[in-house]
Amino acid sequence: MKNREYQQIDPQALATPPPDHTSRRLRRKWEVFPGKNRFCCEGRIIAARQSGVLPLTLALILLTSGLFFIFDCPYLVQNLTGCIPAIGGVLFVFVMVSLLQTSFTDPGILPRATPEEAADVEKQIDNPTGSSSSYRPPPRTKEVVINQQVVKLKYCFTCKIFRPPRTSHCSLCDNCVERFDHHCPWVGNCVGKRNYRFFYAFIVSLSFLTTFIFACATTHLALRSRGGNGLVIALQESPASALELVVCFFSVWSILGLSGFHTYLVAANLTTNEDIKGSWSGKSGGEDVGNPYSYNSIIKNCCSVLCGPMPPSLIDRRGFVPSDDSVQTSPVEIQLPAAKNDKNMCTQGTKGLLETASRSPLLTSSCPQAKPQAMPAVLETLPEIVPSPEPHPPKTTGGRQSTNTPHKHHSHHRSKAKQTTHHTHKTSNSSPRPYHSHSSRRKDSKNRDPKFSSLR
Amino acid sequence: MATEFHNLQELRHSASLANKVFIQRDYTDGTICKFQTKFPSELDSRIERTLFEDTVKMLNNYYAEAEKIGGQSYLEGCLACLTVYLIFLCIETRYEKVLKKISWYIQEQNEKVYAPRGLLITDPIERGMRVIEISVYEDHGSSGSSSGSSTTSSSGR
Repeated sequence: MKNREYQQIDPQALATPPPDHTSRRLRRKWEVFPGKNRFCCEGRIIAARQSGVLPLTLALILLTSGLFFIFDCPYLVQNLTGCIPAIGGVLFVFVMVSLLQTSFTDPGILPRATPEEAADVEKQIDNPTGSSSSYRPPPRTKEVVINQQVVKLKYCFTCKIFRPPRTSHCSLCDNCVERFDHHCPWVGNCVGKRNYRFFYAFIVSLSFLTTFIFACATTHLALRSRGGNGLVIALQESPASALELVVCFFSVWSILGLSGFHTYLVAANLTTNEDIKGSWSGKSGGEDVGNPYSYNSIIKNCCSVLCGPMPPSLIDRRGFVPSDDSVQTSPVEIQLPAAKNDKNMCTQGTKGLLETASRSPLLTSSCPQAKPQAMPAVLETLPEIVPSPEPHPPKTTGGRQSTNTPHKHHSHHRSKAKQTTHHTHKTSNSSPRPYHSHSSRRKDSKNRDPKFSSLR
Repeated sequence: MATEFHNLQELRHSASLANKVFIQRDYTDGTICKFQTKFPSELDSRIERTLFEDTVKMLNNYYAEAEKIGGQSYLEGCLACLTVYLIFLCIETRYEKVLKKISWYIQEQNEKVYAPRGLLITDPIERGMRVIEISVYEDHGSSGSSSGSSTTSSSGR
């Protein structure tokens, strides 16, 4: 046994020795999110930065429905049936809830690549399997065969990933979105894998609501004018109905059209993006190209799109950004085999230290002398909690590299008036009247235990 | 493997992150979550091929179970539809339950199989379900040589 002085370091002292910037609190990932999104309620609610005409949509729905309940319902309840407000109420709730969910749900945003991942992909691109000495720019597409169809995966320069199939980068939100359908200015958000079913529910229920209000307003006016008064008198008595008629008349066509279009898309398991580009309709190639994602059965397609499992949000808005100390431990509780060597109390000390250390970012305790055979076991488990401090760019770097301003609380959408630009909708839009109040998605953060949050 | 260490500070430097290996997604079956089982060359000297493949296949099975479209998912979907999807706020979906199982499985694999070999698997959910990131640690104290390419992937710094 050599003469060495071993310092037994107090585990309490290990527990996160405050770095120089003690006043800095841990930031949540939503605060450093690089895309153009807004977050509310401490990251629980996500929306696009450009709210589009969301307030207008909301105003239209609320106004029309409000007028309906206030002016039409009493008359119709007296003269027809009491079911009318009930049905209207149910439809209204459906519309509002589904709209809020569409607007404030993560559509399926793919987080950007970590620096290591990006470097790994770059390596693959720079060394293609073919010749690497040619001067042409390295290929930025990858081909994969899905269901006997060749699908090209494009490289996204912003997110530094090869986009999975059906994923597209939304320039408004500056995010890659899975199963990207379109960016809808009426709901002020992208429509993608996670919120497509909400969007579909919204436009379908809105179609019913609009039609219902239109019918009720017409009936109301018809009943009033039937009493020998004439239509003009009826309109004078109930001008609200006239307003409702106008609004509903102009919106019902586009909303119905949109519902029909999306019903077709659902049945064919297509996205608006694919339909517009004609990816599977054979426009680009002469050969028979079919949709490789379709189950070739309408029912199965509908079920998989609308009733399929709800995928989790991948962006972990409420998670904490790893501290800038690049040493990050995994809170894995390790059962050290060395613990079995109870004879050696120093080993016990080691075990205790290691367990404590596994909870602290730094590991600076000394190792008491231990029997040689115990050490290898200890050593083997150590690597996972003793990363080298130097190098690894904390996630924040990756997260911050293209951050625009991190968004703090924004509870209200500032409508930049009616910017109805850029919607890739085939038909002219209609719909959405948003309103909000949902704190949805708070469960998303529960998914990920910070078990392996980047040992760097 | 060195048998004595003076203090863990030295040890920390001894076990340093050498490399990260990324297992990419396998899209041949469509958009379902599935990872390639191709054995990366960087891990050649670190772990047996069968162990690695078993881990990846097990993960693929878990993900397939989570994304399976069948009776239970239809029930969940229809119920959700009727409640205007508010049910997602209240209950834990099957997908989330399976993700927890996956987390647990990865932790177990790390403890039993990977950590003893100086490797560490990161749960794919932390990487947007795009890759399985395997961190390769180098123990300088050992007589082992560095594995594969030792390009430290710290280019992002």
